Amino acid sequence: MRSRFIQSLLLLMLFSSGLCFAQTTAPAATAAQVAHLEAQVAQAQSSADNSWMLASAAMVLLMTGPGLALFYGGLVRRKNVLSILMQCIAMMSIITVLWAVLTYSLAFDSGTAFFGGLHHLFLRGVGLAPDPDYSATIPQQTFMIYQLMFAIITPALIVGAFAERMKFSAMALFLTLWSIIVYTPMAHMVWGKDGFLNASLGGAFPCLDFAGGTVVHVTSGVSALVCALYLGKRVGYPREAMPPHSVVLSFIGACLLWFGWFGFNAGSALGAGGLATSAFVNTQFGAAAAALTWAAAEWLHRGKPSALGIISGAVAGLVAITPAAGFVQPMSALVIGAIAGVFCYFMVVKVKSWFGYDDSLDAFGVHGAGGTLGAILTGVFASSAVNPIFKDPKTGAVLPSGLIDGNWHQLLNQFVGVALAWGVSIVGTLVLLKFVDLVVGLRVPHEHEIEGLDVTQHGEEGYDFVS
Amino acid sequence: MQKIEAIIQPSKLDAVKDALLEVGIEGMTILEARGHGRQKGHTEFYRGREYTVDLLPKVKLEMVVSDDLVEKAVQAILASARTGKIGDGKIFLSKIDDAIRIRNDERGGSAL
Repeated sequence: MRSRFIQSLLLLMLFSSGLCFAQTTAPAATAAQVAHLEAQVAQAQSSADNSWMLASAAMVLLMTGPGLALFYGGLVRRKNVLSILMQCIAMMSIITVLWAVLTYSLAFDSGTAFFGGLHHLFLRGVGLAPDPDYSATIPQQTFMIYQLMFAIITPALIVGAFAERMKFSAMALFLTLWSIIVYTPMAHMVWGKDGFLNASLGGAFPCLDFAGGTVVHVTSGVSALVCALYLGKRVGYPREAMPPHSVVLSFIGACLLWFGWFGFNAGSALGAGGLATSAFVNTQFGAAAAALTWAAAEWLHRGKPSALGIISGAVAGLVAITPAAGFVQPMSALVIGAIAGVFCYFMVVKVKSWFGYDDSLDAFGVHGAGGTLGAILTGVFASSAVNPIFKDPKTGAVLPSGLIDGNWHQLLNQFVGVALAWGVSIVGTLVLLKFVDLVVGLRVPHEHEIEGLDVTQHGEEGYDFVS
Repeated sequence: MQKIEAIIQPSKLDAVKDALLEVGIEGMTILEARGHGRQKGHTEFYRGREYTVDLLPKVKLEMVVSDDLVEKAVQAILASARTGKIGDGKIFLSKIDDAIRIRNDERGGSAL
């Protein structure tokens, strides 16, 4: 299509410069002109893609701060609001430095099926030239900074499980190590060159994960569950009332998450073309459908639809549509969202109380459960008409994607991806929690927990009602 | 000289204030309060967890008035604060020994 475009451009130029010009121009000069035009077209596409990707990167950062920070911050008690904001911005800072010196290389350098190599340590060789294995049209630095934003939000999601009781020092150490031991290998397996689960770069079990259903949400959600079980309940849970101190803050945070998620999902097209539109549309539909079904479930079950319920539903829908965003049709996105809203409501409201774990802000119920569901449903609804990801290596013919296309085998691949993500998360998190517990201790002292983390860990308060 | 303490529904504050002004009460102190009597609270749900909110927002008015105004003030409050439903609040009366105006040492009724 591009060569057709260049041909017509060329024709237009020849006409406009006159027939006489065309007759007198030597063939060599025409070839040079074609080359020049091709370069300009490539440059134009690169600029278009790059501008969307830079905007997307900024939007994904916005999801952590202030999006997730406010969403979680509103859900805790007043005495702990700053501890949540601090933990989120600590991730924005720590993971960035870590990414620059180590983890970008471990995730995206070519290496083994499970870990990347070390060629990109200190961002060596990560310049403005594209890495065609990932995206041929954007500078590798754009790709690197975009992926960093995912590496930031993933550990920040876990904060919801141990909120209101973990030491700041333990949190910083644990999540830094977690990023290296759990996030980085999962990112490499699913998205990295030669990754074990990579669907587009020849993985052994090609797992479809468009924007991080397994890499981001299953890993963080399952690790969150392990944290909640390992740390134990908050003092007074569930006897004492611990209602959110500001559903208003949570609402602002959830809406910022929703907005940023367009960068998260549509940006994962790594360009500004039709695939980005597909993912954008699906993101909106998944979120809206889940918001409605969560609120409806609550309305039927409790008699009233709540603001906290509908925003929780929206986030659950966004989580579930994440792996599917660039693979499914818009109507499938509605179905995935609708299922996710009810499923996550059930996980948060029923399953949590059956088992009695204190996943304070429902990081597992929303991200672990929603991510797992979304990953499986991606295997059901992935359509080669949206994204022809599987091709016959010999003929280049497009092969079916998901169950809906008749490729039931993809379900198995999705299960493998999910199972691996669960396994890595459970083992990695357990080992790291044990280690951090021995080194610095995980929980704040009992009386500090009662007084609140803002004063005891950070020496400040979120709200001053006196002056 | 008596102190009138009235705990009322927040929504009735303006009506009560106006009614008290009309019978000649010139000063009062208003506190935002929380509490419950027989009314008890209501139930809230956050992600399926049930919370009983038993302390409801109320407004408390305090004023010290001369004896001849007490009954008028009480009637004004009763007439303006009543909705007839449970949770309308209460009025407490108590004797006050003395009142002193900080600005100029005035004492007794003239300090009110």
